[in-house]
Amino acid sequence: MHLVIIGNGITGVTCALTVRRLQPAARITLVSAESAHHFSRPALMYVYLGHLRYQDIKPYEDWFWQENRLELVQAAATGLDAARQTVQLSTGAVLAYDKLLLATGSVGRRGTWPGHDLAGVQTFVTLPDLEQMTRDTHGIRQAVVVGGGLIGVELAEMLAAKGVAVTMLVRDDRYWGSVLPPEEAALIQRQLDDHHITVRYRTELQALLPDAHGRVRAVQTTAGEELPAQWVGLAVGVVPNLALARAGGLETDQGILVDELLQTSQPHVYAAGDCAQQRAPGPGEVAVEQLWYTGRHQGETVGHTLAGQPRPYRRGLWFNSAKFFDLEYQTYGRVPARPDAREHSFCWQHPNGRHLLRLNFRRDSLAVTGLNVLGLRHRHDTWHQWLQAGTPAPQVLANLGAANFDPEFFRQHEADIVRQFNAQFPEHAVPRPRRRGLFRV
Amino acid sequence: MSVLASVPLTAEPPVPEVAPTEKLLLAVVGLGLLLLLPVAFDADAERARWCFFGALGLLSAGTLGWSWWKYGRGPAGVHHHNLWLRASTARGAVAWLTGIVLTGFYVILYWFSADNGQGNFGPLNQLVHALDPASQLLRHRPSDQWFLYGTFYTLAILVMGARALWKYRHSPYQRLRTVSVMFFQLGFAFLLPGLLLAFQRPEFYFSYFWPLKYDYLFPGTVSYLLRDGGPALGVFLVFWTAVISFVGVPVLTYFFGKRWYCSWVCGCGGLAETAGDPYRHLSDKSRAAWRWEVRLIYPILGFIVLLTALLWLGAAGMLPGWFTTPQQSGLPLVGGLSPVDGLSKVYGFAIGAMFSGVIGVGFYPLMGTRVWCRFGCPMAAYLGLLQKHFSRFRITTNGAQCISCGNCSNVCEMGIDVQQYAQRGEPIIRASCVGCGMCSTACPRGVLNLENGPREGRYQGSQLISADSLRMLS
Repeated sequence: MHLVIIGNGITGVTCALTVRRLQPAARITLVSAESAHHFSRPALMYVYLGHLRYQDIKPYEDWFWQENRLELVQAAATGLDAARQTVQLSTGAVLAYDKLLLATGSVGRRGTWPGHDLAGVQTFVTLPDLEQMTRDTHGIRQAVVVGGGLIGVELAEMLAAKGVAVTMLVRDDRYWGSVLPPEEAALIQRQLDDHHITVRYRTELQALLPDAHGRVRAVQTTAGEELPAQWVGLAVGVVPNLALARAGGLETDQGILVDELLQTSQPHVYAAGDCAQQRAPGPGEVAVEQLWYTGRHQGETVGHTLAGQPRPYRRGLWFNSAKFFDLEYQTYGRVPARPDAREHSFCWQHPNGRHLLRLNFRRDSLAVTGLNVLGLRHRHDTWHQWLQAGTPAPQVLANLGAANFDPEFFRQHEADIVRQFNAQFPEHAVPRPRRRGLFRV
Repeated sequence: MSVLASVPLTAEPPVPEVAPTEKLLLAVVGLGLLLLLPVAFDADAERARWCFFGALGLLSAGTLGWSWWKYGRGPAGVHHHNLWLRASTARGAVAWLTGIVLTGFYVILYWFSADNGQGNFGPLNQLVHALDPASQLLRHRPSDQWFLYGTFYTLAILVMGARALWKYRHSPYQRLRTVSVMFFQLGFAFLLPGLLLAFQRPEFYFSYFWPLKYDYLFPGTVSYLLRDGGPALGVFLVFWTAVISFVGVPVLTYFFGKRWYCSWVCGCGGLAETAGDPYRHLSDKSRAAWRWEVRLIYPILGFIVLLTALLWLGAAGMLPGWFTTPQQSGLPLVGGLSPVDGLSKVYGFAIGAMFSGVIGVGFYPLMGTRVWCRFGCPMAAYLGLLQKHFSRFRITTNGAQCISCGNCSNVCEMGIDVQQYAQRGEPIIRASCVGCGMCSTACPRGVLNLENGPREGRYQGSQLISADSLRMLS
């Protein structure tokens, strides 16, 4: 079998590794225009910051691909003939496949603002984006970042570390308002303040204004303000990269439409990761997910199917993590930004404004439904079990130490958390919680 | 994706300009270094002494001031900004210069600054004698080149330890560990050995053990300690070194991993963790480097075990006479020595001086800080075997949260590609891991944690990520 994978991001590579494991004899070719080797997309910011070099964000050394007989082709896939089972490459070559996986990922949303194509205005998703940013941010003094999500805060951190004055334009009335409850957003606001990032909430971009050389000079906001900026980052989301799917006549909507086996409208052609759209997502799930973890999970799932062990894609329990400047964030299960009438939402905060734990649980069964932690580390496996089993919140709190993943000698907040929980929910009072010791995992 | 990038990045990210205050503070450090030159070459002993203390004062004050300015003022957190973009920390010209100066210092120290019999210590003479009053105060005897070295070494750990305390102040683990290496260097490896000399006892380092301090269990050293240490102290010193080497090491390593020694107590580790912190990322993470590691470190452990055994057998008269009879081999270094003494000499030269000193520290700015610990130290090899096979220690990875960013591997001074484990959800159980905890500190997603737990299921990975079974190290 010859498996051709378009895209060498986490989805394509995870699929390749899965198929290699299940079918040692399969021929596997990975095609990507973006880079010769797989690299970690969430780590691009660290290259700009100078924490790492480009070669440090490659998860595998270069020998890995040849030793595992994974053929790498650096070229753009420009055409797809599903009837003949071939892919045309920008080099002029034509690749014949038995199975094809499209893992073409996303591209940054550029918007249609006046001046969106000026020099010094860009998105930040790909390696060429990083390259462009390294070129265009030399010697600048002010920058504007449009968008209050994960990429927006990353860009703000990157620029601030280089001594650039950053202003963020955020549509919501708080940071990442579509995802985070107000208390969480307030803690992140403290980080933004500590790092001298100016944020304009309830403010959007109106227009980008050029200088005499066609480079951005300033932005105009919907509040009528003109902010000088020699560089503007557009972080208003990403959209599935559909160019090849459309060229091949696949059914697309927002993304490439796939069934639960991640198969597209054409036989032998599959799609997974950022670019795929579930025809029938499960209840409470979204059809297009643009996340490292879901990309990896879909890559592994489709790998099984491609290797002859069909496996339907099941979203599984939600989890995610991020870091906002110096504040780490982990979430397990579902914690909606706005309260759900069927759930209690218990929120503990340390007075120093650097630690927060939010626990959501059902009003009826007390089963835990989700956790947000900021400035605390929690154990994924433990939460997975608790959420899967619908463990009652008092039982979870009594054993909270078991989920504590902070390093040794860190202050343990469990007793304080339980005290506050007992004060707030005396009817569900929890005995003194278990602590974590030096000799116990 | 219109750009075809065969060379992935053709531009360097911008580096912010160094602020005037930072320049000033670094200039103070530079002035301190310059002031050491007149000490070395000035004929006037009194003036040299003032220059010397002026130099140490400027070096310390400059470094402390700079550390505070850089890390102490802003928000606490991992800020490795521009680490790979500055010449000083990215093998640029400044790093090469630093490496050459350090290496040169070690070469002079080891081979060209011995006492000529009249109290002259060669190129280091003035520096050595500038410390005479301090040495008299602590040790009741004049200074020598090793006292000079010990003073520099301890000062480096204390001053750069303060920098580490500021830099990693958000992590209680790093704070405690840094204080620990500072304490053991100052107390156990500087003040106590000096005090022992003041009381006419053998100079003894309580924080170094066989096989790192290999001669502590050589018959010659043991009989010397017993003789010059006096009946009580001498027996205690021999007892101390033997008990730690053969009982303390396995027991403590069983409970805590090799970190109890390598990154909490050991002076070599102490220097790497403090003065070496700006260079920790320079260690080679490649599989090729790992192959060299196992090729070198275990034979060196074998060498020192064999040598120690031969020396004891020889002392007990259980070896054929040829082994302990001086031979006129005409070979350099070992000519006129018995084969056993020759081996001992070769080990001392090649491993004790060349590897652990010149390469181990001299190459900090180019190869990272743990070159000796990783490729050479027999103590690390011994602790590592215990850690791998008879320990409760492991670094747990947190479910499926890894994003393969590489920050953990980057900060690993032992060159472990931590990320290979983290991205498969596997615990990290490696002989070389010194448990500095920096991978856990640097991880932006809270994925790594140093833990001591039951040995059952120690290798059990997370069920939330399916590890690819493709082998990385072989």
